[in-house]
Amino acid sequence: MALDMKTEPLVRVQNLKMHFPIYGGLLQRKVGDVKAVDGISFDIYEGETLGLVGESGCGKSTVGRAVLRLYDITDGAIRIDGDDIATADAGKLRSMRPLMQMIFQDPQASLNPRMTVADIIAEPLREHVKMSKIEREDRVLELMDQVGLNKEFANRYPHEFSGGQRQRIGIARALALNPKFIVCDEPIAALDVSIQAQVVNLLEELQDRLGLTYLFISHDLSMVRHIADRVAVMYLGQIAELAPRAELYEAPLHPYTQALLSAVPEPDPNIEEQVERIILTGDVPSPSNPPQGCNFCTRCPQVMEICKTVEPQFQEVQPGRFVACHLHQIAENAASEAHKSIQQGEIT
Amino acid sequence: MKLSPLNQRRWRNFRRNKRAFWSLIIFSILFGLSLFAEVIANEKPILVQYRGEYFTPFRSFYPETAFGGDFRTEAEYRDIEVQCLIISGGLEECFDDPEDVIEDAQDGEVAGSDIEKGWILTAPIPYSYNTVNDIDGTAPSPPDGDHWLGTDNAARDVLARVIYGFRLSILFTLIVTLASSVIGIIAGAIQGYFGGRTDLIFQRVLEIWGATPNLYVIIIMFAILGRSFWLLVFLSILFGWPALVGVVRAEFLRARNFEYVRAARALGVSNWTIMFRHMLPNAMVATLTILPFIITGTIGALASLDFLGFGLPASAPSLGELTLQAKQNLQAPWLAFTAFFTFAIMLSLLVFIFEGVRDAFDPRKVFQ
Repeated sequence: MALDMKTEPLVRVQNLKMHFPIYGGLLQRKVGDVKAVDGISFDIYEGETLGLVGESGCGKSTVGRAVLRLYDITDGAIRIDGDDIATADAGKLRSMRPLMQMIFQDPQASLNPRMTVADIIAEPLREHVKMSKIEREDRVLELMDQVGLNKEFANRYPHEFSGGQRQRIGIARALALNPKFIVCDEPIAALDVSIQAQVVNLLEELQDRLGLTYLFISHDLSMVRHIADRVAVMYLGQIAELAPRAELYEAPLHPYTQALLSAVPEPDPNIEEQVERIILTGDVPSPSNPPQGCNFCTRCPQVMEICKTVEPQFQEVQPGRFVACHLHQIAENAASEAHKSIQQGEIT
Repeated sequence: MKLSPLNQRRWRNFRRNKRAFWSLIIFSILFGLSLFAEVIANEKPILVQYRGEYFTPFRSFYPETAFGGDFRTEAEYRDIEVQCLIISGGLEECFDDPEDVIEDAQDGEVAGSDIEKGWILTAPIPYSYNTVNDIDGTAPSPPDGDHWLGTDNAARDVLARVIYGFRLSILFTLIVTLASSVIGIIAGAIQGYFGGRTDLIFQRVLEIWGATPNLYVIIIMFAILGRSFWLLVFLSILFGWPALVGVVRAEFLRARNFEYVRAARALGVSNWTIMFRHMLPNAMVATLTILPFIITGTIGALASLDFLGFGLPASAPSLGELTLQAKQNLQAPWLAFTAFFTFAIMLSLLVFIFEGVRDAFDPRKVFQ
């Protein structure tokens, strides 16, 4: 569905890097970097949902925040709706904020406990739009209606609501300025399973109605499968694989994606018994000191010699499918071919 | 005015603290009365009726000629001649035998002819803080019917000086605390919120500023510009504001990483709004914990400057100066007792009040 939208993408991220410095020693000199995000590129087309999955600490949330310039990025280019976000100064950035919004992971923590629901939702309006008090109140009630909150709750405080309702407040706040692009940073991770479906359905419904574009960050593979049009798999600050949803779930190319997908629980016990699980050994390397070559080479079941020295290119191997893996590298140079012969498969 | 539920709860908690609540009531009465010190203790009358017209000498200037006298200078209301002129409606006889004329005027006529009888309403304590009184014996004189707390070594009424001195101390403290808190909170908020290099540079500036010998600066400035209340206020604020910076900065450093602060930043809310709408309420409890110490500290600082003779002008009604006189005149214990009890009551009331305020703002405090 996203494939035939080969127009100019709404969001274009190129070679995004976000390094956090580590200071040490007597003089607090910079001794290294935590490479939370280390050179990733992706496009998001208008009206689509890009799912961003990966295990804890791989840099998913950092990507989400960096794309909205909540961090000052180390390197790279971010364009949203044709405007350069990466280099915009504070004033320009503020004027662009209405275009791009964020839904946060923990609805409890992301709402100021000392403000009423109406105040919370009205805050972006107060900051960015000139409207009278009555217009603003009307807009707040309209937004509450849109996200399925009872209008009578407008003067209550966040702690008086359940987790799902709080997340609806967060969504209403993000919608207040009619944004085009919303980063959903694990919006359902802090919710009960029964509530998760409600919130995801609400997000989908709003997308249909308002034509929103989402960057949906999650570690819940089945939820991403449900909502995303295309899916990007992250590992240790880099994108391992980016593909349309159906292809990615049916035939994953990158060994990490394969391992990740094989870990999804299977509800049918008969099938469950036959499923062959790829169990990765070892831990994720430290992002301050990533391995040479491919980031995944320390744990990859199909590791080759070349993986330990040469970093694989992130390139399009099939139409719409990007992968960063030497197994699927297009035969550009003979060296990689030569290395393929000494492949050491260790499937456990 | 309608309070938010949170503030309603705080007010309830404050009221439940009996000691703090009664301290607040007593302090409010004392401070409220002292605000009207000119009416309570004044050598000039509050209200005068002269020939059917009303005069308010305690706040306006009237020459003696206005009451039928000779001088164009301000009327000396304590002189019996002037009193006689007012009561008898400006009779010439007052200059010869005022006592008799006043006595004669009580029935509305003097020496058989009708007069326009006037009257004088004096203040309950008919001495101001700088009135030099005629006393029997040497000053300081012990308490008696005229001077309830005695007089000091310049024969000035101690009670009047305490009333004015109390007002001066409290006003000084309130102005200094308010101004230095506002500056301190803003400075701390900026440091904590922006952090990084701003914080680093600001902290170094503060260290240098804090190392300035402020007593020395106050003495020098007073020597150059002359002593005055407002100069002392200015200098006290100048050296007082760093007291709150540390606490507020720490609270802001903590709060800047709260999720809802980040959320506000993602919404494009301006820095100023984030600081004061989202973060300051969190810093309030810590700020209120420090506030009583600043207030009592400021009162103490003013008193000790006066005690050392580097404070307000010598004529000002100062409790510190009273303490100094008490030390110089150990044979007159009423001075020492007055100074001691004034300070003890004033400081205790303030400490009790702010203790209650702090507890009321503390969300973790559980009340029965």
